[in-house]
Amino acid sequence: MSVCTSRSEDTLAQRLIELTQAGLPLLDDPWAWLAEQLDLNIESTLDLLKRLQAEGAIRRIAAVPNHYRLGYRYNGMTVWDVHDSDMPRLGALIGAQPFVSHCYRRPRRTAWRYNLFAMVHGRSREEIDSYREHLRYLLGDACTADEMLVSSRILKKTGLRLPPVPR
Amino acid sequence: MNLDLLSRQLIDRFQHGMPLCAEPYKEMARILGCRVAQVMACLEEMDQAGTLSRIGPVFEHSRAGASTLAALAVPAERLQQVAEHVSQYPEVNHNYAREHFYNLWFVLTGPDRQHIERVLEQLEKDTGLMPLDLPMLTAYRIDLGFALGENP
Repeated sequence: MSVCTSRSEDTLAQRLIELTQAGLPLLDDPWAWLAEQLDLNIESTLDLLKRLQAEGAIRRIAAVPNHYRLGYRYNGMTVWDVHDSDMPRLGALIGAQPFVSHCYRRPRRTAWRYNLFAMVHGRSREEIDSYREHLRYLLGDACTADEMLVSSRILKKTGLRLPPVPR
Repeated sequence: MNLDLLSRQLIDRFQHGMPLCAEPYKEMARILGCRVAQVMACLEEMDQAGTLSRIGPVFEHSRAGASTLAALAVPAERLQQVAEHVSQYPEVNHNYAREHFYNLWFVLTGPDRQHIERVLEQLEKDTGLMPLDLPMLTAYRIDLGFALGENP
């Protein structure tokens, strides 16, 4: 019984992803539109969205800007070689800076010494240089080397797209 | 209210999350202190200008399987051709040229780690270049956007 319930729930979630992953239509009530598409009432649709968000399948429900079009043409991938023992504290500190959009710990490799990555964005080269300086100041002696890889061209950028499931 | 100012406020206020209720734009207008028609006009204008990427749910990539950040050190004269080849893979959803010895950076997403490894092997075979494979170990901040401020 519960298997059937969860299967129909999965199918609904899959439909919801297909319907919304490219963005909602700009209607007065986008959730009413979604409810109609899913053949649910608004309350059940909002509940489904809340559940998917609580489970972590939905990261956020938001107005997502195109930063490049807003004039934020400069993005720098700053990479840092941080002492492993300082990483939990410093990773959290760097990730909390308002000008950082992504901050991850990644493994070192033979040809790659940097283990902390933080993306910064700005409207000029000077702006992202100043962010890098600020991160360098925050990391202090715990960081032994760093670089900033500036993007010269975006060659491909798509959000997650799942292929449609045959029904 | 100035549309440019309204659009900045709208993004700063709602890029991390918008009200999850019936008629959400009415609630957004209430929070911003303007009319719902202004919110709609602003969203439409941003949509047409391309400054609004989209409005709606942002799904978690890692739940769809495995992913990694990969990089290649491509000789300058081959960069365009290799970049085009890499972008053709459906597993690649971001691909950036960057100024560095490792000058091509892309995110690979697939159903599982094995799938990612097969794509990396295939890329190595296709290009003769050894990819860096840098999967995420810990996330300290996951693309929640960043503050725009109100200065144009």
